[in-house]
Amino acid sequence: MQTHQYDVVIVGAGGAGMRAALESSKEARTAVISKLYPTRSHTGAAQGGMAAALANVEDDNWEWHTFDTVKGGDYLVDQDAAEILAREAIESVLDLERMGLPFNRTPEGKIDQRRFGGHTRDHGQSAVRRACYAADRTGHMILQTLYQNCVKQDVEFFNEFYVLDLITDHDLTTEEIAAGEEVNATGVVAYDLATGEIHVFQAKAIIFATGGAGKIFKTTSNAHTLTGDGMALAYRRGLPLEDMEFFQFHPTGLAGLGILLSEAARGEGGILRNSEGERFMERYAPTIKDLAPRDIVARSMANEVREGRGAGPNKDYVLLDLTHLEPAHIDAKLPDITEFARTYLGIEPYTEPVPVYPTAHYAMGGVPTNVKGEVLRDGVNVVKGLYAAGEVACVSVHGSNRLGTNSLLDINVFGKRSGRAAAEYAKTASFHELPDDPTVRVVAQLDEMRNRPEGERVADIRKALQDTMDLNAQVFRTGDSLNEALSDIRELQKRYRNASVQDKGKLFNTDLLEAIELGFLLDIAEVTVVAAINRKESRGGHYREDYPNRDDAHYMLHTMAYRRPPEASDQAEGHIEGYFDHVEEFDGYKVVLGSKPVIQTRYEPMERKY
Amino acid sequence: MTATLEAAAPSPAGEIPSFTVTMRIRRFNPEVSDEPTWEDFTVEAHGTDRVLDALHKIKWDMDGSLTFRRSCAHGVCGSDAMRINGRNRLACKTLLKDVNPDKPITVEPIKGLPVVKDLVVDMEPFFASYREIMPFLITTGNEPSKERYQSPEDRARFDDTTKCILCAACTSSCPVFWTDGQYFGPAAIVNAHRFIFDSRDEGGSQRLEILNDKEGVWRCRTTFNCTEACPRGIEVTKAIQEVKRAMITRAF
Repeated sequence: MQTHQYDVVIVGAGGAGMRAALESSKEARTAVISKLYPTRSHTGAAQGGMAAALANVEDDNWEWHTFDTVKGGDYLVDQDAAEILAREAIESVLDLERMGLPFNRTPEGKIDQRRFGGHTRDHGQSAVRRACYAADRTGHMILQTLYQNCVKQDVEFFNEFYVLDLITDHDLTTEEIAAGEEVNATGVVAYDLATGEIHVFQAKAIIFATGGAGKIFKTTSNAHTLTGDGMALAYRRGLPLEDMEFFQFHPTGLAGLGILLSEAARGEGGILRNSEGERFMERYAPTIKDLAPRDIVARSMANEVREGRGAGPNKDYVLLDLTHLEPAHIDAKLPDITEFARTYLGIEPYTEPVPVYPTAHYAMGGVPTNVKGEVLRDGVNVVKGLYAAGEVACVSVHGSNRLGTNSLLDINVFGKRSGRAAAEYAKTASFHELPDDPTVRVVAQLDEMRNRPEGERVADIRKALQDTMDLNAQVFRTGDSLNEALSDIRELQKRYRNASVQDKGKLFNTDLLEAIELGFLLDIAEVTVVAAINRKESRGGHYREDYPNRDDAHYMLHTMAYRRPPEASDQAEGHIEGYFDHVEEFDGYKVVLGSKPVIQTRYEPMERKY
Repeated sequence: MTATLEAAAPSPAGEIPSFTVTMRIRRFNPEVSDEPTWEDFTVEAHGTDRVLDALHKIKWDMDGSLTFRRSCAHGVCGSDAMRINGRNRLACKTLLKDVNPDKPITVEPIKGLPVVKDLVVDMEPFFASYREIMPFLITTGNEPSKERYQSPEDRARFDDTTKCILCAACTSSCPVFWTDGQYFGPAAIVNAHRFIFDSRDEGGSQRLEILNDKEGVWRCRTTFNCTEACPRGIEVTKAIQEVKRAMITRAF
């Protein structure tokens, strides 16, 4: 075992992690621990753009952007956070340009902007050009630019290190914390993939920037490595997860594969058609049609298929039509995604429409934080020295449905904020003592998995999980389908205890790590489904066919889910009595649901029409 | 009812029937033996399966110890460059049907970097070369209060080399790099090109000086392996030529 000491430790080297590192490493001794080489992170797969009301090509302002974000999130957005997101967007884009990001340019040489779903002028009047972009590889350029600047600033990385535990000075799963008492994050435990060695990182401040959990689903745009690690680690240590029932299904995944085709395709004029060639979005969103927010478009597509107007031999997808666009325009603005259609489906987008279907894309929920990035341990109090940013976190700027281009924005705005806040905190804070053996849980977990001589294959359990999530917890959900998923997950949790790996070695044991990741996936799928069962309304990305309307009277609240031992309390600070008083018992633990108010500033909830 | 893609798996290109394919994989595990070996696996593949799908089938259903890197699985993260039938490619972007599945398909680690285990190589030397060419925008004077302006033509000048995903397919296909690991290699030069030809950058002469070194661009023998290997379609050799020309024409 090796021990390290840093003022700030950042877990994850995608956009949020590296943006935080660029701030904190200027002020404090910082290490970035990442399970991938930084340039492999999934920020690099983001395509379409990053929203900011620069008004470079037409009239725009951050207040309209705030409104669109709040409305897009079906009013479950914390409006103070959305305002920060929209205001600081402008400086965030300019930061990236000054760092060297090669944005596409207007004829005058300014950063060019294009249309994207749900972004409108003057509170929904018409679509507005707000997305700053670099062809259809904006995420790639952000990831590269941030890494380049980390090289410039000599940021210290621990690559291919898996963080497998978070250490705090109180056990939040069991202890009742007295009013006014501090809870501190003190370090993390990591596994070095190359050697199999355990490393302990003691830190004054820790930032989680571990990304999403799309691999709980079968059809997903997410990387194999997006297994909800950071969310699951926080959750297992007794921290709540917020709004996990809200998962975004991106309308245009390549049919059957889930590979993302950017919304920019529609921003540049692409049209969705059903088997009859009808532009069906005209019926569902008469004003902005194909550029309605993702939840609405995904549901409309699934509905077309369900009602028999799907295309293809099995009538199970719809078509993204780019054939009316000039090939030169497609090559200039959408080169990568058209290449995906050619490579993976053998479709030529110049002349043929591309088969598409919704694909699991983005977790709106995650580890709850305030606007400084500090992680909440209940509805009110923070964990001192613990921060989160990016998809792992829930601020909540996305509410129940994120707008396209707001996630590249989120990682930059809240990555920067959390990096600054963590470094600031580390300047005055001191190290807290670690337990005598901080690695005990991780070592036991790894040994148990590695030493189990025979058992079920990890891949079989994972496949069963992904199948049930796609079947029962996707675009359309009902109480029955969700209960089916939950009962499957209970069974799979049991089977997981009997899973074994074949690679028993120490060096570069990816078999072992996939097994550990499956444990994270099961826990995240479980809490997602429990929260979805409890929310008996339809809002944003969570659509309950048995409760098809939004129910503000009862559900205008954030879900806060806690995992605790059976004997622990069913209450949490800051909880509001009501429909969120639910406890789900499992074998050896329980999931306790609580709630947290939604912060409203300027905008009264209205019916959501586009 | 819930919409699902269960039945959509064959996809529109699914007319290509399923087939059986032999994957001949270069195995190496230093915990077991110092010698690498070849091992054959036979897998059932669907028409549009990629090499990565076949590797996953082996790892998930047959031999969990098979070791390789992968992440995004659609050609943008750069994790899974490997030597497939003797040519560097991304496993996630190579369809089995396109690499003659009637014969065994050979899969080896990329060449010129130390092999860690099976298809995994040590990427550190590769990233060290990248870091040496100062892969970041260098400017002098005060930062502008808004964005720097750049014409679409100036932006287009270096567009091709911004596509690089640092997968190392080019560098590890270069015969010069195989025999001399000190050579910067195509990927580092591509990333230097991306800044040397960026109108906003003022560090071109420093980079050219670094690449004028004996392990720099002059080692390039214009074999075009790198251009053929690039999964992003970057004209790598052309970029190297442009850097060479800049060295001759720009005084630094």
